[in-house]
Amino acid sequence: MSGVDLGSPTPAEAPEVIAAHTAIRRAMPPWRLLLRRPTFLAGAVILLFWVVCAIFGTVIAPHSPTAQQLLATNSPPSAAHWFGTDQLGRDVLSRVIVGSREILLIAVAATILGTILGTALGLVMGYFGGIFDILIGRVVEAVLALPVAIVAFLFIVAVGPSTLTLIVVIGFVFTPLIARTVRSAVLVESQLDYLSSARLLGEKPAHIMAVEVLPNVLPVVLVEFTVRIGYAVFTVATLSFLGFGVQPPTPDWGADIAANYGVLPAGYWWETLFPALAIASLVVAVNLVTDSIEQVLSS
Amino acid sequence: MTAADTTAAPDAAGGTLPTVAVEHLDVTYRVRGQDRRALRDVSFEIGGGESYGLVGESGSGKSTMALALTRYLPRNGRVSAGTIRINGADPLAMGNAALRDLRARTVSMVYQEPGRALNPSIKVGRQVAEVYEIAGLGHTQALERAEGMLRKVQISDPHRVMDRYPHELSGGMAQRAVIAMALAAEPSLLILDEPTTALDATVEAEVLDLIAGLREEFATSVLFISHNLAVIAKMCDRVGVLYAGELIEEGPAREVFDHPRHPYTVGLLRCIPRRGQRKDHGRLDTIPGFLPTPGDEPKGCIFAPRCPIAEDQCREAPPPAFPVGDGRTSRCYLHEQTEDLPRNTPVNLDIPPVRDAERPVVQLERLSKTFGSRGEEVKALVGVDLSLERGETLGLVGESGSGKTTLARALLGLIPPDEGSVIDLDGERLAADARRRTRDQLKALQIVFQNPDSALNRRHSVRRLISAPLSRLAGLSGARLRERLTDLVRSVRMEDRQLSLRPSQLSGGLKQRVAIARAFAGGPRIVVCDEPTSALDVSVQAAILNLLVDLQAKEQVTYLFISHDLGLVRYLSDRIAVLYLGRIMEVGPAETVFAGPHHPYTEALLSAVPSLDGQRPERIRLQGEIPSAANPPSGCVFHTRCPRRLPTGECESTEPPLREVAPGHLMSCHIPIDQLTVLQRVGQAP
Amino acid sequence: MTTYILRRLGLAVVTLWLLSVIVFFAGQVLPGDPGRAILGPLAAQSAVHALDQQLGVDRPLLAQYWSWITGLLHGDMGLSYQFRSPVAPFIGAALVNSVKLGALAFIIVVPLSILGGVVAALNYGRVPDRVISVTGLSATTVPEFVSGIVLIVIFGVELKWFPVSASAGAGASFGSQLDHLILPAIPLVLILFGYIARMARAGTIEALQSDYARTATLKGLKRSVVIRRHILRNSLLPTITVIATQTGYLIGGLVVVETLFNYQGIGKLIFTAATAKDFPMLEAGVLTIGVVYMVATLIADVLYTVLNPRLRLGGTG
Repeated sequence: MSGVDLGSPTPAEAPEVIAAHTAIRRAMPPWRLLLRRPTFLAGAVILLFWVVCAIFGTVIAPHSPTAQQLLATNSPPSAAHWFGTDQLGRDVLSRVIVGSREILLIAVAATILGTILGTALGLVMGYFGGIFDILIGRVVEAVLALPVAIVAFLFIVAVGPSTLTLIVVIGFVFTPLIARTVRSAVLVESQLDYLSSARLLGEKPAHIMAVEVLPNVLPVVLVEFTVRIGYAVFTVATLSFLGFGVQPPTPDWGADIAANYGVLPAGYWWETLFPALAIASLVVAVNLVTDSIEQVLSS
Repeated sequence: MTAADTTAAPDAAGGTLPTVAVEHLDVTYRVRGQDRRALRDVSFEIGGGESYGLVGESGSGKSTMALALTRYLPRNGRVSAGTIRINGADPLAMGNAALRDLRARTVSMVYQEPGRALNPSIKVGRQVAEVYEIAGLGHTQALERAEGMLRKVQISDPHRVMDRYPHELSGGMAQRAVIAMALAAEPSLLILDEPTTALDATVEAEVLDLIAGLREEFATSVLFISHNLAVIAKMCDRVGVLYAGELIEEGPAREVFDHPRHPYTVGLLRCIPRRGQRKDHGRLDTIPGFLPTPGDEPKGCIFAPRCPIAEDQCREAPPPAFPVGDGRTSRCYLHEQTEDLPRNTPVNLDIPPVRDAERPVVQLERLSKTFGSRGEEVKALVGVDLSLERGETLGLVGESGSGKTTLARALLGLIPPDEGSVIDLDGERLAADARRRTRDQLKALQIVFQNPDSALNRRHSVRRLISAPLSRLAGLSGARLRERLTDLVRSVRMEDRQLSLRPSQLSGGLKQRVAIARAFAGGPRIVVCDEPTSALDVSVQAAILNLLVDLQAKEQVTYLFISHDLGLVRYLSDRIAVLYLGRIMEVGPAETVFAGPHHPYTEALLSAVPSLDGQRPERIRLQGEIPSAANPPSGCVFHTRCPRRLPTGECESTEPPLREVAPGHLMSCHIPIDQLTVLQRVGQAP
Repeated sequence: MTTYILRRLGLAVVTLWLLSVIVFFAGQVLPGDPGRAILGPLAAQSAVHALDQQLGVDRPLLAQYWSWITGLLHGDMGLSYQFRSPVAPFIGAALVNSVKLGALAFIIVVPLSILGGVVAALNYGRVPDRVISVTGLSATTVPEFVSGIVLIVIFGVELKWFPVSASAGAGASFGSQLDHLILPAIPLVLILFGYIARMARAGTIEALQSDYARTATLKGLKRSVVIRRHILRNSLLPTITVIATQTGYLIGGLVVVETLFNYQGIGKLIFTAATAKDFPMLEAGVLTIGVVYMVATLIADVLYTVLNPRLRLGGTG
C-alpha cells in the first residue's frame, strides 16, 4: 500500500479518456491480447502437452500401460521406469501419459453438452421470466442443494459407469449451473432497449433470443465453458477415485490413485503422487487459461 | 504568465492571494501504453469568494481539472507540467498529512450523483458529523453541529434525516446532505462537478439557489463545472470554456455569453435554442466535424479543423491567450472576426404548416397504468386523454415520476396499460400488446430511444440494424432493400463506409443517427422521440434536432417529442402537454402554453429552468419534493406544492377535470383562467 | 423485513420438499431388490419375498413415499440394509464427525480467504494481487484427493509431522483430535479459499472504485480509516452469502476427504451406502446434507438482509 500516492486507489479510466467522440477505434483482437499474457501462455502450453498425450499417448509411452510385470511390482523410479511401477508392475509413466485421454475426452464432451443445454435453458428462463422461470428456478435450486459431485456420483451408481454415461450425466448435472449464469446475463440484457426495438419489428421470441440476445451473452457463455472444463476434469477425477468413473484396466489418473493409495503408508509414494500431479497440472493449466480469457473479455 | 487579470469579487473575504491559481497545467493519462494529454497548458485563477465556471462538452477535461486540484487522479494519470496553488500551497508537493489537511479544511467537492456519493451502510448524520470529527470535535458535539448544518441546507426535519440511510432520501435531499458535508468544514474552495445534472428541473432550481445563498454566507470560492451553459450563466461570476483539454476562452460570464470571442464559443451558443426561437424560424446552427481523439496533438489551434474561418496561421502554431478586454482572454488569432462568424448550417428551411386533418392520427383515452399489486400500487398514469394531430410535433414535458416514459411505452405496446385504456390509430383500436398488432400498425408507430447504447444491439452492424426494419416492416429485399438502405443512410447524413461498423465504433451522435434511420426505415407515420438528445453533447444535439426537423418535413411524420428540457421542447413543438404524477396538467399550442396564462405547475417549471438570456420571470419557488407516485396527494395532485392553491380547500378535496379554457387549450386547474391571467401578470413585461 | 424472512422460510420449505421427492424417487430408480440386498445372493426367493413384504417395498410408490416422509418427521429414518438396524444413529454420529471436520476447515478458511481477497484488492493489478488470485483459483479446482495425496506424502509419510488417518480413536483428547483433523481439513480449505477470496476481492474493488470511497478520501480521512470504516462493511456483505453457498462444495469435498483419510463422516457414509445399495441409508444421508445446505443458505440470506440497510428498511431506493 503506497505512501504518498493518495490518489484514487484503482487505475480506472477517467471520463475524458473514455470520451464519446472518436473516430473508428482500432482495438486489438482478443486473441492477440491473450498471447501477450504469460499466465495464458503457461497454461496453454501445459494444456497442449496433455492434449498431445491424449491423442498420441499410445505412441509416446515407453511401455504398454496395461502390461503387468509381476516380478517388478512397486519398484521406485529408475532409469527403466522413470515413474516407477505400481502394485501390478505396470509402468506408471505410461499410465500417466495414456491416462490423459479418457479424462480429457469425457471432460470436454460433457462440458460441451452442458453448455449447449445450459445456454438454451438460461436463455429461455431469462427471456420469458414469469411463472416458468420461477417454477424451473425452484427445481434448479432443489437440485443445486446437493453438491455436484454427489449428484453425479448418485446417477452413475444408478446407471453404471461407462464413457457415454459419464459424459451424459456430468453434462446434465452442469446444465443447471450454466443455466443460472446465462440467465443472469440474459436478465441484464433484457433491461436494454434493443429488445424492445426487436419486438416493435414484430420479431418472434425464438428469433429474438437467438439473433439478438445470444450474441451478447456469448462472452459469458465462453467464460462459463472454460470454467466448467476445469470442474469437469475435477468431477471425472473424483468419480474415478471413488470407483465410479473410468473403469479398469483403462488407465486413469483418479482410478490409479484409488487403487494405490492403500500402500502409501508403506512408502510407495510414486504410484499415487505422479497421477496426482498430473491432475493438478491439468487443472491448474485450465484455470490459467480461463483466468486469462476472463480478464481479456472483461476489459 | 497568466493572461487573465483576476478581478476579485467586490466583497472578497480573502487577501491578495487568489484562492486557486493554475498555471500552464498539463495532465496526462497513460492508456494502453500510450500517453494522452487530457489537459493542455491550462491557466486560470479564482479569487476569494469568486464563483468560476468551467464549461465544456465531453472530452473537454473539466472533470480531470477537478481531480487534479484535489490530487485524486487515477493511478494512470499525472500532472505532467505546470503548477497548482490553492491558497498559495502546492497540493502536488505536499506530504500525506498536509494533503489530508488540505482536503479536510480547504477544499470540498460535490459530485453529480448524490445517492452514490454517500456510503449506503452508514447513517447520513454520522457521515456529516465525520467532517466535524476530523476537525477535532467530540462525537456528540459533531452530531449536534451536523444537525445544524442539515438545517442550514434547508432540509426540513433534520433530526429525522440524521437517522436515515442514504437510499431513503430523495435525490434533492441527498444532494443537500452532500452539500452540508462539503460546507461543514467551511472550505476556502468548493468544487462542484455537475451537481444538479441528475436532478429534476424544479429540484435543481432549489439546489442552485441554495448553493448561491450559502456561497455568499460562507464567502467560499466556487469552481462550478458543467456542460450546461445556462446553469453556469446563472451561477458564476466568471467562466472558462474548455475544448479538448484547452482553455480557449475566459472572462466574466455575462460578457462571454453575450459577446463570445472564440469561434467555438460562438458555435456552441448558436447550438442552443434561445427563448423565442422556434423551428419555423430556421435551423439551429451546428459545429461541423468531430471532437479530436484524446491524445491527438495537432500542430496548430486545436479547433482549426472545425473552424469556419481558420487560416494558415491557425494551423501552423497554437494560438496564445490574447487579452480581448477587461479580464478576458481568447485563444484565437482571429478573435476580432468572431462577431460575424458565418453559419455552418443554412438557416432556411421549408416547413409545411401542420395540415389540418379531420381526425387525429392517434387518440388516447383514459390511458392508465398501475404497477404493483393491491396495497402497494404505483399509479404511473391516471386517465390520460391525449390526441396527436397529423404532421404535428407534440411536446410531452414532465419531471421524474410524471409518467412520460410509461406513456410512450404504452402507446407503442411495450407495456400493457390498464383495462379500459383506449389507444386508437387512425380510428382503429390498437391491441395493448405489440405482439398482437398487425404489421401495418407496427410500421406506423416507431420510436427513437434516449440511450443509443441500450437501443442498438452492440453485436450487430449498422447495415444489419437498419436492414432489419426494411425487410420486416417495409417488406423489401435484394436490390430494392439496398437502394432504400443507401437512401436512408444519406438522409441521416451518414456515409456508406459506416455501414459495416458496430455501434461501439461510433460516437454518440452517429449512434443516434442510426437509431433515427432505423425508426424511419419502415416508413412510419408517427415517431416517438424519447429524450433523443439527452445523452448527447450540446453541439451534437443541434445536429440531431435539425435532422429530426428535416425528416419530419420530408416524410410528413407526426412526432411525440418527450423531454425534460423545456428549451428544446419549446423550439420544436407545435403543441405541448404537461404531465405531473401521471396526470395531464395542461395541453395546448406551444406558444400559448409558454406565454401564459398557464397551469401553476407549468409556471413553476418555466421559472425553474435557467436560461442563457439573462432576463427571467420571477422565480416561483415550489415547496417540498415531488410526491411519490405510490402515495399521491388527494384532490389535485399538485396542491401540496402549488403556490397558488385556493384558500377554499377545493384543491385538496377535488381533482380538477381537464377542461378547455381557450380554443385548443386544456387545463386541469380549479383556478379560473382570468384569475390566472391576472396572477401571472401575463402581457406585462417580465 | 419479517415478511421477507417468512417468505424465504416458506420457499425453503417448498424447496426442501421438492428435494425429498427427488431423492426418494431417484432412489426408486436405482436397480436392486432390497430384500435380496439384505439377505444376500444365496437366500431363498421366498424368504426374499417375505422380507420385501415386511419392508413394504411392494406397495405403491406414493404410499411408500408417504410413510417415508412421515417417518422422517418423527425421526425415524428407516432400517439400514447393510446393518439391519435403524439408520438414524448412524447419520447422527456421522454428522457430528463431519461437523467437526467442516467447522475446522471453515475456521481456517474464512479469515484467511477474506484477508487474501482484501489484500489482493488493495493491490489491484500488482504482483500480490495476481499471485493471490491465480493461486486461489488453482487451489479451488485441484480435487481434494489430489491435494490430500500430496499432503499425505509430504507431511504424513516423509516428514511425519501429522498422522495419516483422521480418526483419533475413541475417547481421544481435544488436542489429539485436532492433530488428526488438520491434514484432512487442508484440502477442504484449499477448495473453499479461491471462491471466497475472489468474492471478497471483487467486493472490495467495487467499494474502492465507488463514489462514496472518493467522498471519504476527499474528506481528508486516512487511507486506513477509509478502508476500515467505509469500505469493509460494504465489500464484505456479499461475501457472507458466498460463504454459505460454499457449504455445498464443502460437503462434496467431505465425501472424498473422508474416504481418503478413512474418517467416519457423513460423506463416507453416503459413499458406502451407495456402493452397498443401502437405499434407506443413502436417501436419509442425501436428504440430510440437502437440509444442512439449505439451512446454511437461509441463515446467510437472512444475515445479509439484516445487515444491508437498503433491504432492511426499504425506502425510496
